[in-house]
Amino acid sequence: MSNVFVYCEIEDGQVADVSQELLTKGRALANELKCKLEAIAIGDKLDKIGDQIIPYGVDTLYIADDKRLYPYQTLPHTSIVVNLFKEQKPQIALMGASSIGRDLGPRVSSALHSGLTADCTSLVIGDHYDKKQDKKYENLLYQIRPAFGGNIIATIINPDCRPQMATVREGVMKKEILDPKYKGKVVKLDVAKYVSNEDFVVEIIERHMEQSKVNVKGAPIVVAGGYGVGSKENFQLLYDLAEVLGGEVGASRAAVDSGLAGHERQIGQTGITVRPKLYIACGISGQIQHRAGMEESAQIIAINTDPEAPINSIADYVITGDVAEIIPKMIKYYKKNSK
Amino acid sequence: MKAYNIIVLAKQVPDTRNVGKDAMKADGTINRAVLPAIFNPEDLNALEQALRIKDQFPKSKINILTMGPGRAADIIREGLYRGADGGILLTDRAFAGSDTLATSYAIGQALKKMGKIDMIIAGRQAIDGDTAQVGPQVAEKLGMLQITYVEEVVEATDKSVTVKRRLENGVETVKCPLPLVITVNGSAPDCRARNAKRIMKFKKARTVTELQKENEDYTALYNEHPDLMIQEWTVNDIETDASQLGLTGSPTKVKTVENVVLQAKDSKVISAADEEIEAMMVELIKSHTIG
Repeated sequence: MSNVFVYCEIEDGQVADVSQELLTKGRALANELKCKLEAIAIGDKLDKIGDQIIPYGVDTLYIADDKRLYPYQTLPHTSIVVNLFKEQKPQIALMGASSIGRDLGPRVSSALHSGLTADCTSLVIGDHYDKKQDKKYENLLYQIRPAFGGNIIATIINPDCRPQMATVREGVMKKEILDPKYKGKVVKLDVAKYVSNEDFVVEIIERHMEQSKVNVKGAPIVVAGGYGVGSKENFQLLYDLAEVLGGEVGASRAAVDSGLAGHERQIGQTGITVRPKLYIACGISGQIQHRAGMEESAQIIAINTDPEAPINSIADYVITGDVAEIIPKMIKYYKKNSK
Repeated sequence: MKAYNIIVLAKQVPDTRNVGKDAMKADGTINRAVLPAIFNPEDLNALEQALRIKDQFPKSKINILTMGPGRAADIIREGLYRGADGGILLTDRAFAGSDTLATSYAIGQALKKMGKIDMIIAGRQAIDGDTAQVGPQVAEKLGMLQITYVEEVVEATDKSVTVKRRLENGVETVKCPLPLVITVNGSAPDCRARNAKRIMKFKKARTVTELQKENEDYTALYNEHPDLMIQEWTVNDIETDASQLGLTGSPTKVKTVENVVLQAKDSKVISAADEEIEAMMVELIKSHTIG
């Protein structure tokens, strides 16, 4: 009761990175709240799944194991989570802001009438005083996210409804094994008690999942382009620079929306979060949603025609000028000076 | 031949690409009045999927349901220009300040009044909140199946639809029984353009409130041209529990809204001159950042 819960996504027998990142965050929140960290794994052939979950400091892992439960489907997973939450009454529930978490989370919140905040970039415990009701709330989950147009950070709370639910994108939190020998309890759920046959109405006809070939998240150097890059031809220069430096190409949302780059390269609050040792922002103005996905980069170079671009304020090197002129020079002088 | 009753959920959103300083009110909600308002982009992708089903089954009906202030009637007209059959504007001060759950409740209660529905199609998410929550929350409220992240309705039959979903790392094709809620990705085909004849016909489509403002005799107009009526529903037109509406019915509250203050780093400002770029590259190589 009143514990912190994490829903663990599983693909092909592997617990998703985002779920393990949330387990680490969940452990920290549970320590602060002096409660337990619990997790749920739903899928098929989950005998050993605890090995990928419990070491993050999970006290109780609930497992719903049935061949019909993999791959993910909305209704059966919702029924299991909703029914388990009704029994266990967690105070906080965390899910990945992935296509699974963003399908499941709202459904669960709607069934339980609990609040859900999408795409949080920070989760903190804090108090709240409601003036109207003259009521003090202790130890609420502050769900913090950039909102609306890029100029503000909103702190959202759920004072009265439980669980307090939040989704977080992959890469925003850091995963860390707490103790490889952590002693957690495993509870195998009687699946038939949590889900009915009528929930299995969707027939999966075809499914092609592949590990994304693009690995922007793991790249030590990211060359990212924004709308200001201007054209596909100019964007090619970014690929050239990334190749020479041994990095990957990323993009701002504006660049993705305008077709300059694919979705899998989008960096920012609604994309991926990166922490490379060098981030080269080309033609990116640097709205907060974008900065949320890259500001922890060790070094930042900003190339922009606008000397007042917000990105410049967090950059180590600010180059005011045209991407098409500067990148070829960077390639040239890298080649000249590196061995 | 099969005829589907399709509802497209659409939202008029502030164009977040053009946001000024006065965009937020003191209570942390959005001051929509000062922003340019557009048809939420992914809701247009949703409308296109509905129109494609209607192309195939011309007797199908497409109605747009939107919740918002009076001016949200604009997007219903926009939908009519592109091929929708009608629309309902759900508008009332009682809905003000709704979070996604209170919004879903109000929309769900409106949908319950709309008779037998085969498909509810919505954009995956709106650009002002990016939550992607309302579609699934509405589906849960109605006890309906949902399929999110849809890129294409591959096939529709009497009892089922087959859709292709675009996920982070792949695609999935699933067959689902009707009725259901579908949310459509921005990667789906763009919505067809406005049709010139339909613009001529529907540019006079109005809600009662709009006609009253223009001092038009709406009974005469609606009697003569019933298809120019944009239905307007208030909280009194649907069955609701007041405790689930608006700010009161919203479990999530905005505690604080902070302006972002950038802490300027000690940046090196350099020009595009060759010697400055070279000096920077040499520094980065020396510090082992690159190379």
